[in-house]
Amino acid sequence: MRKLLLGMSGLAALAMASAPAQAQNQPPIKVGLIMSYSGQFADLGTMMDNGIKLYMKQHGDTVAGRKIEIIRRDSGAAGTAPDVARRLAQELIVRDRVDIIAGFSLTPDALAAADVLTQAKKPGVITNAATAIITARSPYLVRTSIALPQAMGALGTWAAKNGTKNAFTMVTDYGPGIDSEQEFQLQFKQGGGTINGSVRFPVANPDFSAFAQRLKDSNSEAVFVFVPGGEQPAALAKAFAEHGVNPKSMKILSSGELVNDEALKSMGDAAVGMISGWHYDHNLKTRMNPEFVKGMNELLGGRNPDQFAVTAYDGMHLIYEAIKKTGGKTDGDALIAAMKGVSFESPRGSVTIDPETRDIIQTIYLRRVERVDGRLVNVEFDKIDNVKDPVKERLKAEGKLTADGLAK
Amino acid sequence: MSETAIPSSIQAAPASPAATPVDPSSFLRDKVRWRWFETVFWLATLLPFFVAETYLILASQIAITALFAVSLDLIVGYSGLVSLGHAVFFGFGAYIAGLLSKYGWGEPLTGLLVATAGATVLGYLISFIIARITHFALIMVTLGLCLLMFELANKAHWLTGGDDGLQGMSMWPIFGIFDFDLYGYTAYAYSLIGLFLSFLVIRRIINSPFGLSLRGMRENVRRMPAIGASIKRRIQVIYTISAGFAGLAGGLLAQTTQFVALDALSFQRSAETLVMLILGGAGQLYGGIIGAMLFLVARDQLAGMNPQFWYFWLGLLLVVVIVFLPNGILGSLAKLTSRSRRKP
Amino acid sequence: MERRALFRRGRLSRPAYPNVNGLPVTPRIASLLFDGFAYGMLLFVLSVGLSVTLGMMNFVNLAHGSFAMIGGYTTVTLMRSWDWPFFATLPVAFLMAAAMAVVLERIVYRRLYGASDLDQALLTIGIVFMSIASAAYIFGTTQQPIEMPAYIRGRVEIGDFSFGVYRIFLVCAALVITAVLVLGLDYTRFGARIRAAVDNQRMARGLGINVDWIFAVTFAIGSGLAGLGGALAIEVVGLDPNFALKYLVFMLIVVAVGGMASIRGAFITAAMLGIIDMFSKYYVPEVGAFVLYAVMVGLLVWRPAGLFARR
Repeated sequence: MRKLLLGMSGLAALAMASAPAQAQNQPPIKVGLIMSYSGQFADLGTMMDNGIKLYMKQHGDTVAGRKIEIIRRDSGAAGTAPDVARRLAQELIVRDRVDIIAGFSLTPDALAAADVLTQAKKPGVITNAATAIITARSPYLVRTSIALPQAMGALGTWAAKNGTKNAFTMVTDYGPGIDSEQEFQLQFKQGGGTINGSVRFPVANPDFSAFAQRLKDSNSEAVFVFVPGGEQPAALAKAFAEHGVNPKSMKILSSGELVNDEALKSMGDAAVGMISGWHYDHNLKTRMNPEFVKGMNELLGGRNPDQFAVTAYDGMHLIYEAIKKTGGKTDGDALIAAMKGVSFESPRGSVTIDPETRDIIQTIYLRRVERVDGRLVNVEFDKIDNVKDPVKERLKAEGKLTADGLAK
Repeated sequence: MSETAIPSSIQAAPASPAATPVDPSSFLRDKVRWRWFETVFWLATLLPFFVAETYLILASQIAITALFAVSLDLIVGYSGLVSLGHAVFFGFGAYIAGLLSKYGWGEPLTGLLVATAGATVLGYLISFIIARITHFALIMVTLGLCLLMFELANKAHWLTGGDDGLQGMSMWPIFGIFDFDLYGYTAYAYSLIGLFLSFLVIRRIINSPFGLSLRGMRENVRRMPAIGASIKRRIQVIYTISAGFAGLAGGLLAQTTQFVALDALSFQRSAETLVMLILGGAGQLYGGIIGAMLFLVARDQLAGMNPQFWYFWLGLLLVVVIVFLPNGILGSLAKLTSRSRRKP
Repeated sequence: MERRALFRRGRLSRPAYPNVNGLPVTPRIASLLFDGFAYGMLLFVLSVGLSVTLGMMNFVNLAHGSFAMIGGYTTVTLMRSWDWPFFATLPVAFLMAAAMAVVLERIVYRRLYGASDLDQALLTIGIVFMSIASAAYIFGTTQQPIEMPAYIRGRVEIGDFSFGVYRIFLVCAALVITAVLVLGLDYTRFGARIRAAVDNQRMARGLGINVDWIFAVTFAIGSGLAGLGGALAIEVVGLDPNFALKYLVFMLIVVAVGGMASIRGAFITAAMLGIIDMFSKYYVPEVGAFVLYAVMVGLLVWRPAGLFARR
């Protein structure tokens, strides 16, 4: 017992002292990635990581004369514990001396790390976490993914404008779901529609029959759905089909998650006609997309990229652009200033970083599931350009946002 | 799972083979005495301040997790009750500390006291249920309570921030002087003191006659009433105390990270802490601390090296420990050293 | 407010039935009962193997989900890479999981037959971690959709009701599994041996029963059933590496509430939980996942040994 305790304390000291010492004369610029490489959201991490790999493969690892070094940290190892994401951010800053942090798979991770970034004055590029409010929590957060209300609000407006009188909403009972529900309802009502009713699913929910039945009994014209990716889209769509809710009898409106590739494969023809509002699909006909998809296919062994891959790819692009603009300087304030207002061409079309809110301004595509050449794909039939995050726009209008784009 | 099976992982190291009768009070006095290697161990916990400043945040989270594991040890290791839902109290303490700070009272020490008190009260209420059941039903009920609490916090979005986590905490400096810094100097010092003081209290409790009666209960649940000791009462008392310390650990986490997420209440946190405790060695006083240290350092290193596959090695480690080291790492090593010492 | 609007709509479009929370009761009972029962049967096929390993053999086998996952991946691989029809993959899913179980039983499980709940739980959690990492390594982290044959995908409509064909199939599968197990355990010689071995090992040994062998086979059966359940469940709940953990809680609830040693108990409990869950989600979706957990806690506090405990 005694020897052991002594040994343990020695061991702990050793483990902690093993921080790598480094001395190079031309120091690389370090980019820390905090992503869920393992655990429940591992697939998301896989996609984002490959998006970044592809970008660096295409554009080299040197910008403005300085090498880019990537340091990967797994935020998924402890499940969904944001205290880990926060610690990783702190450690990346104080131990690894990174200049920029990117990634953030989930909203709580980004929120927990927000004031670390503020304190350290280091830019954080959000390549996934999608609730609206995140970028208003630190002047050093920039987002290249999406604020969910962007897409969901656009979908609500579009639905009301195109003659849908009433709708039922169904979302998963967690942050992003509630965000989506509120924005869709708000904009749908503003467009003249009425909300017939709404339900929220528990996060762990193996069976959707009861909800599908309830939806059917509401006799609504349309239903708006938000569920996270994974197994739920297919499970929900099947419950719909079994209860006679299909795109022929009711307009099914959703985010891109419900109609992603895996879900479509599993739904089969029951999915034909579903409408979604989203910022990316591998089937999109933009200038850069074919090459991007080809590159990703190679990296992913034939799998098609999804929105996670493209937003990480763009995140890396934003970082490269900012470094170019500062001429290789890595001062946090300079980098953030360089990122504000940048416009660039992405595989999803042209995007801009809003100089006021540091959130992304992008095109929201309206797509319908169709069978093309024997495969189910999302075919774009309409789009809304230059969509800003409506939540922060409202806050701004109400005077609840500072000049820095922070929530008061 | 027969009634008489003594959990091998929580069995104390066997007494000396001579088995001479020991006077209980002198046995306890002997246990209470502070050993020199314990002093060395606790001094060593100060090392990170000097040799590994960039690991202070990790060290702080280890200290907090260790406290949570030690609180769990009180019921799992010393009383033989299995809980898969101890995060209920950890999370409850965290939310109390977080909410206090969010709504204007950012003073850390009083916040921590309130968090501990809150968790203690909740623990007392739940102990009425716990004392009624045993074995597999107990595992399932504690798990169920944990899931219920998690759902409750998720539903109370207006209060807890739900899945997004509780935001807007702002902690005042400790004593108005020590601010929570980026390197984690204050955080580690604060958590370490919290761990150490709690540890002293816990050490005293388990080496008291009450603590001894708990071990009696663990070893033979039927005989204890026969010698006039009420089982239910004891279960309630120790469960309440354990809940309080778990709440204290939760409060520490909330205050040092200035953020509370639903995860603080999750089944995963309960299960992981149990794993740490068993790895380290339950019922061994230092088992929870060693387990938390090994687990979190290993996770940090392995996840850094091999993010997608490190889970495999953790699983393998668990299997090996359960099959080959039934008393946990600490217990088995202690047995080894004591065996080698006995040899002339 | 919105619910009231819904209520009005409901009243306009159909006769005034008694209603709860603005939703009609009478015409819904039949379809909710069916859906709930079908959901219960899904829970049942997922957890029936566990009521063999945990229930009968008293082994806290948290790795049940891992065996289910083996079945699931077997089915997916056979269907995708070798174009096997879905039904042909089911026996293979059973056998693969059972084979894996025999290997593990011989190497690790048997060492812990007499150990405490806690040791067994942690050992099997270790196996769960390993299986999750292995599945992610071999099959990747993505969902594994399978395309079911058309004849099992649709739905049948009878008057106002509509039932998914796959759900009807699930119900039938659950009934067949229950019948085979109950008959096999109660009316065959081998079943009698199993019951003897798990009830009283020493006595069984004394009677010349090869208890070691019986345990291995029983464990294989339980895990094989897990594999079968995993294969059957993919169509409804999907499959990814996290499957091993995701549905574990639901499986445990069924077995714990049902009373450990009873296949019939698990069947009735699964059906009951499915129906309760369905009704609560339909009429009061606000309470979310509370009902299932609260029912479990309540029932276990009331009857710690489970509703249908044999002893």
